[in-house]
Amino acid sequence: MAHKTDYEDHIGHAPAHHVTSLAVYFGIFFLLMVLTVLTVAAARVNLGVWNTPIAMAIAIAKATAVILWFMHVIHSPRLTWIVVIVSFLWLGVLFVLTFADYLTRHWSMY
Amino acid sequence: MPSNPTYYNLAHPGTTEGEEHAAHEHHHPFLQHHFEDLGQQHAASTLGMWLFLTTEILFFGAFFFGYALYRNMYPEAWRAGAHHQNWVLGTANTIVLIGSSLTMALAVWAAQTNRRKLTTLLLALTLILGTVFLGVKAYEYNEHIHEGFFPGSHYHNVVDSPALRPGVQLFMIFYFGMTGMHAVHMIIGAGLLLYFIRRAWRGDFGEEYYGPIEVMGLYWHFVDIVWIFLFPLLYLIH
Repeated sequence: MAHKTDYEDHIGHAPAHHVTSLAVYFGIFFLLMVLTVLTVAAARVNLGVWNTPIAMAIAIAKATAVILWFMHVIHSPRLTWIVVIVSFLWLGVLFVLTFADYLTRHWSMY
Repeated sequence: MPSNPTYYNLAHPGTTEGEEHAAHEHHHPFLQHHFEDLGQQHAASTLGMWLFLTTEILFFGAFFFGYALYRNMYPEAWRAGAHHQNWVLGTANTIVLIGSSLTMALAVWAAQTNRRKLTTLLLALTLILGTVFLGVKAYEYNEHIHEGFFPGSHYHNVVDSPALRPGVQLFMIFYFGMTGMHAVHMIIGAGLLLYFIRRAWRGDFGEEYYGPIEVMGLYWHFVDIVWIFLFPLLYLIH
């Protein structure tokens, strides 16, 4: 495919034929293993209120690594980026609006 | 036969009908007729899979929301419930599942680099690791059921204080619901892997055409991501 095909002009650069190197795959795997050990180690220590935020921060870091490199989003067209980002935006809407309801219900008990 | 001249030829006015015609004559056997080329087909299928995963994120998102809401209401029961989990097995399973994500990602690489046998082997390894995960999960379920933690009429919690027992039962509902739904996704993934192992062995995939393996990988990695969140939330609450 010598020339830039038509759809590339519309949705960013072509995803096909981008081969992620083995070093990247094994590097990400190693990172995920380190983060897994870290999350277990952090749970063994009492960090008080910071326990859950730290565990979630590590989980988000792991998920981001999987999405970007194992799921090849980093080399995806912009349209895929939009869908991925908006997915989590909607998840945010689900959490924020529903919590805004539940966590404020007792306020009306005056 | 330009399939969509208004879309494609406007972007590339230089492309003549003749050129496109020639391109269509030696197209790849797996190129669907409504796509311009394999690159476009690949882009469309990965985008379609991501749209499906969007619905999956919201599907599991509702579970995670319910979990967060009731954890906020019964924090002590959640802590007690998490302490009934075997964190060593949970950690081992996390490593197994991330390992299966690695073999899945490597299978895409092997397909892209025309390694037919290696692609098949890596898909088979992914299936084996997935099965190990499900086996460990089945062992854990069995333990919970024997200890009387299965919610419902058989719930017989003698470990926690009576005040905590209803809350722990609620935790176990989320535990079985979330890990159960996750396991259902793993089983579906295992079935898909069997299908792709057969196709990879047959030699369907290569540098030109590996889209289906890529899409299979997207699904498998998504299921892995769900577990990445389930593991600390169900096993590691302090």
